[in-house]
Amino acid sequence: MIESKKHRPAASYTPLAGDVPTTKIKFDAGTLLLSTHRLIWRDQRNHECCMAIPLSQIVFIEEQAAGIGKSAKIVVHLHPAPPNKELGPLQSSKNSYIKLSFKEHGQIEFYRRLSEEMTQRRWENMPVSQSFQTNRGPQPGRIRAVGIVGIERKLEEKRKETDKNISEAFEDLSKLMVKAKEMVELSKSIANKIKDKQGDITEDETIRFKSYLLSMGIANPVTRETYGSGTQYHMQLAKQLAGILQAPLEERGGIMSLTEVYCLVNRARGMELLSPEDLVNACKMLEALKLPLRLRVFDSGVMVIELQSHKEEEMVASALETVSEKGSLTSEEFAKLVGMSVLLAKERLLLAEKMGHLCRDDSVEGLRFYPNLFMTQS
Amino acid sequence: MHRRGVGAGAIAKKKLAEAKYKERGTVLAEDQLAQMSKQLDMFKTNLEEFASKHKQEIRKNPEFRVQFQDMCATIGVDPLASGKGFWSEMLGVGDFYYELGVQIIEVCLALKHRNGGLITLEELHQQVLKGRGKFAQDVSQDDLIRAIKKLKALGTGFGIIPVSGTYLIQSVPAELNMDHTVVLQLAEKNGYVTVSDIKASLRWETERARQVLEHLLKEGLAWLDLQAPGEAHYWLPGLFTDLYSQEITAEEAREALP
Repeated sequence: MIESKKHRPAASYTPLAGDVPTTKIKFDAGTLLLSTHRLIWRDQRNHECCMAIPLSQIVFIEEQAAGIGKSAKIVVHLHPAPPNKELGPLQSSKNSYIKLSFKEHGQIEFYRRLSEEMTQRRWENMPVSQSFQTNRGPQPGRIRAVGIVGIERKLEEKRKETDKNISEAFEDLSKLMVKAKEMVELSKSIANKIKDKQGDITEDETIRFKSYLLSMGIANPVTRETYGSGTQYHMQLAKQLAGILQAPLEERGGIMSLTEVYCLVNRARGMELLSPEDLVNACKMLEALKLPLRLRVFDSGVMVIELQSHKEEEMVASALETVSEKGSLTSEEFAKLVGMSVLLAKERLLLAEKMGHLCRDDSVEGLRFYPNLFMTQS
Repeated sequence: MHRRGVGAGAIAKKKLAEAKYKERGTVLAEDQLAQMSKQLDMFKTNLEEFASKHKQEIRKNPEFRVQFQDMCATIGVDPLASGKGFWSEMLGVGDFYYELGVQIIEVCLALKHRNGGLITLEELHQQVLKGRGKFAQDVSQDDLIRAIKKLKALGTGFGIIPVSGTYLIQSVPAELNMDHTVVLQLAEKNGYVTVSDIKASLRWETERARQVLEHLLKEGLAWLDLQAPGEAHYWLPGLFTDLYSQEITAEEAREALP
């Protein structure tokens, strides 16, 4: 049973500092595959070139993070080769490990999967018909190369060091979380007080409270009709959005889906991006702030931003004309004709149907809209 | 005509009422608000300290990110709720996930014509990695799931459907109920499913199976293959990469897909 992962690491033999330098042989631009029994590398350009190592040959694997000019790597430490091993890419090597260099990502997932396979050791339970070397794992009394013991010790030290760093981070994180939890409790108690004395709390205080919740990432337990869960921040954001979106909306016929807006705005910002919730909360305030845009939610749940001047119901009239000219149209066809996204084209046709101008023909070939002759020809 | 509520007298009365209210119940809340404000400042300092020591850890270590997110969830805090939140501002977690959200949307849009808006988490992961380029930070599948959960707020119909061992990501507002999901899970093995498959595995009647399959066709998630041997096959392009990676090598798969 083969399970391949389509990543593109390279295998290269490079010496560790202090080791005797060996001839550096480069195998790059290949695909690394992981099965339950083997690690397989296949040259991307020359398909004849293919190498494999049984997983049973692996003592230990470790990660090397990427750095400037360095790609992320997995170092695979191996048992000494059994005497009957076939010839490999090198006559011999002073090193007892290979390095897999991930030039184009995939290292994290691959390391995870390889670790899993190493833990599960499924090759021990599954008989394989092909004849490749299988090492039945460490056998008692087996002679180990001296180099391996030294390496294992180094690795153990390094692991302890990393563990220490991680555990320090976790410790600090836990302490931080305790303090954060206190904030959550305090906010709940305040929220209860506000609920009990609804109307006695000033607008100002509520706004302050909401901004505290926003900073901490605590969900707002109190809903006020005026601003939804918006805060001063969202009000400012709404005004900014009105400025940023005016031109793009005009270019796109006065209407854009909220997903498009999210991508547009965040791509423009580059950093200090908006969360999806930030965007939604700001858009909910557009109408209340009397800005020239508004948020609209269609029956399907699709959310859009429209220019105030945009009248979707009027667009429906022109949609009807277009459909009548062509006899009938699907959302895709209509979208192409008019130059809209399929998502919004579909919403417009559905609205036209809701208003009684169009009829649908729903079959396995797709959803097609026709002018509603029941209405026009009575 | 005597108008009420306007004039200096009315304003003074209002101020008096407010003062009285303040005295009574809201003094307590005001106190607590002041307390919260102070504690917030302290927390911000603590967080800054944490960030200066461990910000890298979060950026580079996906497992640590998972732990961090889980701990936040346990105490009732959402570090990704707002870009203006402390967590986002100081730890930089926000930008990481929000940008990932943009990349996910773009990938789904680009592939929608092919798979109807349904894609395996694995294919999405690969495509996102490709798009991010060589020098960008690596992301894990867990990161993708968290980013997608946030995207649901945009009302786009993003959904996460569990199938054996992994997830299908839905990016169009198609109505998928339990029946549809179960059939998708069944189809995951071979990339296609037939009415007989459904009847055998799920013990449904023909009509129920047909309705589900027709719905998947209508939503553009399935393709009908009338030339398959035996009976009609319903193929799910969203599941194709899984199929390929099981039977065809990476190279051939790459050549086969458009």
